[in-house]
This record gives sequence, C-alpha cells and structure tokens, in this order.
Amino acid sequence: MKGIYKILILALIVAAFLSPFASSSPDGLEKVAEDLGFIDKSNESPIIKSPFPDYVFPGIKNEGAATAVAGIAGTLITFGVMVGLAKTVGKKTRRTQ
Amino acid sequence: MHIPDGFLDTKTWITTAVLSAGALGYSVKKSREELDEKQVPKLGIMAAFIFAAQMINFPIAGGTSGHLLGAALATVLLGPWNAALIISTVLVIQCFGFQDGGITALGGNIFNMAVVGVIVAFISCKILSSLFKNAAGRNISIFIASWLSVFVAATMASFELAVSGTVPFSVAFPAMAGWHTLIGIGEGLITVVVVNTVTRMGFVDAKIASVRGQRDERNL
Repeated sequence: MKGIYKILILALIVAAFLSPFASSSPDGLEKVAEDLGFIDKSNESPIIKSPFPDYVFPGIKNEGAATAVAGIAGTLITFGVMVGLAKTVGKKTRRTQ
Repeated sequence: MHIPDGFLDTKTWITTAVLSAGALGYSVKKSREELDEKQVPKLGIMAAFIFAAQMINFPIAGGTSGHLLGAALATVLLGPWNAALIISTVLVIQCFGFQDGGITALGGNIFNMAVVGVIVAFISCKILSSLFKNAAGRNISIFIASWLSVFVAATMASFELAVSGTVPFSVAFPAMAGWHTLIGIGEGLITVVVVNTVTRMGFVDAKIASVRGQRDERNL
C-alpha cells in the first residue's frame, strides 16, 4: 500500500523538474483561436485574482524556478483537496478491521 | 483545451454548468456506493499526478502544443465515477488557483473533459477490451480510448464555440479536430505507459485488476 506514495513523489518530480521545460507554444484550442481570429474574445482580466496566474509562483525572479515551485504547490494542493473531497464522499469502512 | 472566459456566451456556459453539476452530483452518489477509505489516497495521488502531467505541454507540430488530459488514465485506473470527480477537481484548482480556464467556462470545461471525456473513455475502453483480451490488446484498447476521449472532448468544445456564436462549427471543427488528432496520439502513448507503470507499482488492487481483466496479482 505504501508503494503508491511513490507515484505522488513521481508527480512532484514531474511538476518540479519537467514543468520548466514544457512547450510554451499555444495549445490546440489557443492555436485555433489565433488562426481563426477569435483569440481577442478571451477576457484577459480575471474576475477573481488567482494566487499563481499562469503557473508562476509570485516573488521568484527565475522563471523556471517560479514555474517549478508553482507546480509543486499545485500538485500538493490538488492532492490535499482531492483527499479531503474523497473522504467526505467515501463511505467509512467498518471499524471491525 | 481549457476554454478561457469570453469564448462561451451566457446560455452556453449556464447550460454546460447545469449539465456538469448534474453529472457530478450523480458521480458523487455512485462514488459513495463504491469508494472505501482505502481508495481515498489513490484518488488524491491520481488527481495530483494529472495536475502535474497537465503542466507538461509537449510540442506537436506547426508551433502548437498539447498536454495530457487524463480522463482515460483516471477512468482505466479508478473507474468512471471517481475519474469524473478527479478531473473536475483538477479543473477547479487550475481555474481558481492558476487562471487556467475561465471561471464562466468552468462548467463547459468540466463537461467536455470530466464528463464527456470520461464517458467516451469508459465506453470505448469497455467495448475494445472485450474484443481484444490479451495484454497487447488491452494496451491498444487504452490507446484508442485515450485518443477518442481527447478527440470527442475537442469536438464538444467546437460545438460549444459554435453555439455561442464565437466561430461557426464548419470552421472550428476541422481546425480543432486536426490538432487534437495529434494531441490524442500523445494522450494515448502517455496513458498506456502510465497505466502499465503505476499498475506495476501496486496502484491497482488485485480485486479490481481481475474485475477489469488484468492479471490477478497479489500485491498486498
């Protein structure tokens, strides 16, 4: 059972060490929006300010490091939120064992 | 294919939000019937892994990139109800925490990727696995199911853009289909590799593995 936490470590390694090297090219939808001329319809001003806009951790000068730290933060936050949610959704296993 | 704010009109984002809320409510109900405490950390780990993997945009062609969606990955490993909750959780965190995907488009993004993507992955993988029963056949089934989940989700996004009056379907669909045909290949390859790797690392219970037609290994 403990072995599965290696996968969480793997996720953190991906977020920390691969994210700075991710392609910065537009994704499929963005590219289509650029080519077909409707990219301007996207609202740049967010309704709510995000803590880590565009996967950049605020206050870190080095771009790669800022992305890596945002990635680690996001991966841990996602783990925590999902576990919390799953605990509320999931039924309790009988306390007999 | 996270839709930003401004691409969907009010009727479209409200409709997709209502559909997503209904689908998620039903998924919570079904998850509640199946999910026991032992599975809780697995949902967390799968969501964390998909969040991390979605940050890794891989270049495809023509100055365009794609990244893992993860709907098929979560569906194959944890079933469709848990998968819908996992992908939705990732999308909500990306939207509010990282400004990835619009707040008004959140319902649409959840609908395309966490609802339609998961349903397509589940049904296609189920049909294909019953046709190809050996290990190679299972990998082929997972690859095709992953590709289809991305392709159909992109088609839904095109449809929503068209209904919103942002861009006609006849123009949006071929463009979206073209790029996502390629992105889907990446999705298929990553999903097959990750499913096999994490299964070897003991992510899938012997009980569930045998139910889903995998080798019955005692890993506990």
